[in-house]
Amino acid sequence: MNRRKFILRSAAAAGGGLALGFNLPFSLSSAAAAQTAAAAGAEINAWVVVKPNDTCVIRIARSEMGQGTITGLAQLVVEELECDWKKVATEQFTAGQNLARKRVWGEMSTGGSRGIRISQDYVRRGGAAARMMLLQAAADEWNVPVGEVTVANGVITHAASQRSTTYGRVAGAAARLTPPDPKTIQLRDPKEWKIAGRPMKRLDTADKLNGAKIYSIDLKLPGMLHAAVKACPVFGGKLVSYDESKLSGRPGVHRVVKVNDSTVGVVANTWWRAKTALDALPIVWDEGAGATQSSATIAARLKEGLTASGEPLAGWQEGDALKAIEGAAKKVEAVYSTPFLAHATMEPMNATAKVTPDRVEVWVPTQNAEASLAAATEEAGLPLDRGEVYKLDLGGGFGRRGGTQDYTRQAVAIAKQFPGVPVKLIWTREEDQAHDFYRPISQCKLSAGVDESGKLVGLHIRVSGQSINAFLNPQGIKDGKDMRQLQGLSKEPGDAQFGYTVPNLLIEYAMRNTHVPVGPWRGVNTNQNGVYLECFMDEVARAAGQDPLEFRRALMANHPKHLAVLNAAADKAGWGKPLPAGVHRGIAQFMGYGSYSAAVAELSVSDKGQVRVHRMVLALNCGHAVNPDQIAAQVEGSVAYGLTATLYGECSVENGRMVESNFHDYPILRLAEMPKVETVIVPSYDFWGGVGEPTISVVAPSVMNAIYAATGKPVRSLPLKKLTLA
Amino acid sequence: MAKLNVNGRMRNVQAEADTPLLWVIREQVGLTGTKYGCGVAQCGACSVHINGEVRRSCSIPVGTLKASDKIVTIEGLSATSSHPVQEAWAALDVPQCGYCQSGQIMAAAALLKKNPKPTDKDIDEAMTNICRCGTYQRIRAAVHLAAGKRA
Repeated sequence: MNRRKFILRSAAAAGGGLALGFNLPFSLSSAAAAQTAAAAGAEINAWVVVKPNDTCVIRIARSEMGQGTITGLAQLVVEELECDWKKVATEQFTAGQNLARKRVWGEMSTGGSRGIRISQDYVRRGGAAARMMLLQAAADEWNVPVGEVTVANGVITHAASQRSTTYGRVAGAAARLTPPDPKTIQLRDPKEWKIAGRPMKRLDTADKLNGAKIYSIDLKLPGMLHAAVKACPVFGGKLVSYDESKLSGRPGVHRVVKVNDSTVGVVANTWWRAKTALDALPIVWDEGAGATQSSATIAARLKEGLTASGEPLAGWQEGDALKAIEGAAKKVEAVYSTPFLAHATMEPMNATAKVTPDRVEVWVPTQNAEASLAAATEEAGLPLDRGEVYKLDLGGGFGRRGGTQDYTRQAVAIAKQFPGVPVKLIWTREEDQAHDFYRPISQCKLSAGVDESGKLVGLHIRVSGQSINAFLNPQGIKDGKDMRQLQGLSKEPGDAQFGYTVPNLLIEYAMRNTHVPVGPWRGVNTNQNGVYLECFMDEVARAAGQDPLEFRRALMANHPKHLAVLNAAADKAGWGKPLPAGVHRGIAQFMGYGSYSAAVAELSVSDKGQVRVHRMVLALNCGHAVNPDQIAAQVEGSVAYGLTATLYGECSVENGRMVESNFHDYPILRLAEMPKVETVIVPSYDFWGGVGEPTISVVAPSVMNAIYAATGKPVRSLPLKKLTLA
Repeated sequence: MAKLNVNGRMRNVQAEADTPLLWVIREQVGLTGTKYGCGVAQCGACSVHINGEVRRSCSIPVGTLKASDKIVTIEGLSATSSHPVQEAWAALDVPQCGYCQSGQIMAAAALLKKNPKPTDKDIDEAMTNICRCGTYQRIRAAVHLAAGKRA
């Protein structure tokens, strides 16, 4: 496979929302351990290796970045394999191994809350096929029909002859058998699951409690050098020159390197020395045209898009919304806005690379090891099969470490200048804030018409903002229209469907791009579109004189799954029941990543306008719930991620660059501000939906609606820190 | 050259006096459980104990430390991951990505040493480290669980 095709495959797979991730338990040491493990065991098929001591090693294709995919995917395989859960180990493979084996493990990309839902069928089949081969091997050994042998917890029994054996003992023979005809594989009905569907403890916790876990940033290789980099702070600017003489005499500094057209780095014998030398390096930039841009110029450009005509607009319609609103008894109109946001993973961007004339190796925290391989080999000027990517579990991903792999390219570009020497690149937090692929900025103008009876007769939604596809995936734009930016407002069922029936409806997206790099940010466009739609629904409900929940319910008869989660959240939260004095509720529902979400927020607003969120109830229908406890963990995390954005999140632009530089001015929610989160999982068992992202979309709007209830004034822009709510 | 007492062992380290303790621990001592998150004492991923107090090592120049200062990192909290905080963290599956958890665990251990039965308010005030995955609800529960175990 050539690189272009390979990249396209990876990109296409990620195109639907290249946000979150997968996991391979892979560190340098575990890479070596993995090979040893494989050598000591028998590979029954690509997914299952059985060792003589009955340990079953489950191979995991997706990246682990905290979302629990290692555990969830292992549960799915083990459910069919029927081995002993207490003897399960997991193992990650490399992008090079996947390439060499003609992608036997399928895609490795981890984003868009797809890890479980996309691979569940083939990993379960992998587990089932391995079980069938292991049972066949035992039956062959005993010379009995395979139909007469049974298995429980990896122990195979032939009841009639009172014989038993274990997976470990028959693994060698099983590995030599012909795999079963796929048509003969029958997967267990999820309602009969014993391992999947249960709140199993995570398999990857122990090393996270004692400092033993090696993240990419922790990697040590013999003879390794360390690099710090700085890119032109203005997006699109160029590196002109630097004065290396000013670093003479600094301890440990090897040299200054040009990394690419816009980036300079220092390589030293420790990272701290590289970083401080870089701080002392005089650098001249050509800041370019972007330097004239600011939050104000960008906001003006987006505002123009709210009413612009005569250009291609993505979207869809029913009836004639403009006419219906024009003729309605009551009209409601509002403009909302949401800012650029940085991912701010706790582990900053980093990568280690070693380049020789005929090989490139990289050790990276990546959500897409195959994209890392493509980036590394391209940067090294080598064919794909001359590269290798050792993926290490990520210290957070959230969409930042997907297809772009800018930090991997930088590490390779630096290491190329030190042939044969491993070089570890670490970004400072400041560099990480200054050079993200930010959540795109957008605005939204909404208009509604309500008749005398309080019925919604027309709704017009016009989103204006930056397109992720325009920046990362131009082939995703058709005839100038980018439907992806309307995520959560789609007509089509299944992935991110608009959940209301409105007789006259017009939904539009006007593309307004900026010089700021953008990308998927946990929840991607559902976060912003959820704010726009769900906060405006509260405004319309109020104009119609109705309770926000009842107003929504009346529009949702044709969307029973949306309605069911809304009801589940409302019931659990006790919607309509009395609250303590000063406490107010807000509600929201939305769909994304194939799953249905709803939330009720309870909060109070102090006399000084301080918001305190006390409790959040979230309901999620993700179809099948593979690990309820880890789903709850993802919902709790989504509340923290969503609340951070609601309260504090903004990357503002001045003179073409980002203003916020670290956690002092890009605050993250802390423990004292975390509300009590109650998760209600309401699986309907008739589809497979995502988990990592969908519930973020209802966090901000439910909170904003509760503030509206508290103050009587709608909240139409974020973050709250910039607003006066008293 | 500085002499440091890390996890009960004296170490000679080669670093400029203004080098933050964090980077000395990571690059010279070679213990990487203590993490870099922000470099400005905001996030607490670099939390260690110095003479029993939780401190953010990214903002402590190594030159300000004496050989008699007792530095404990996550690797030195317990020999067998059996500190009540570690056990509580495991029992409640607190970590997600895990990157901040060394710091969280060190902060919780320091809190419980001073205050064996912390209230929610005590936990609010003491546990100020950032977790981007949002494990705060479980951290709170795990601190209470660890406190119960201690009793």
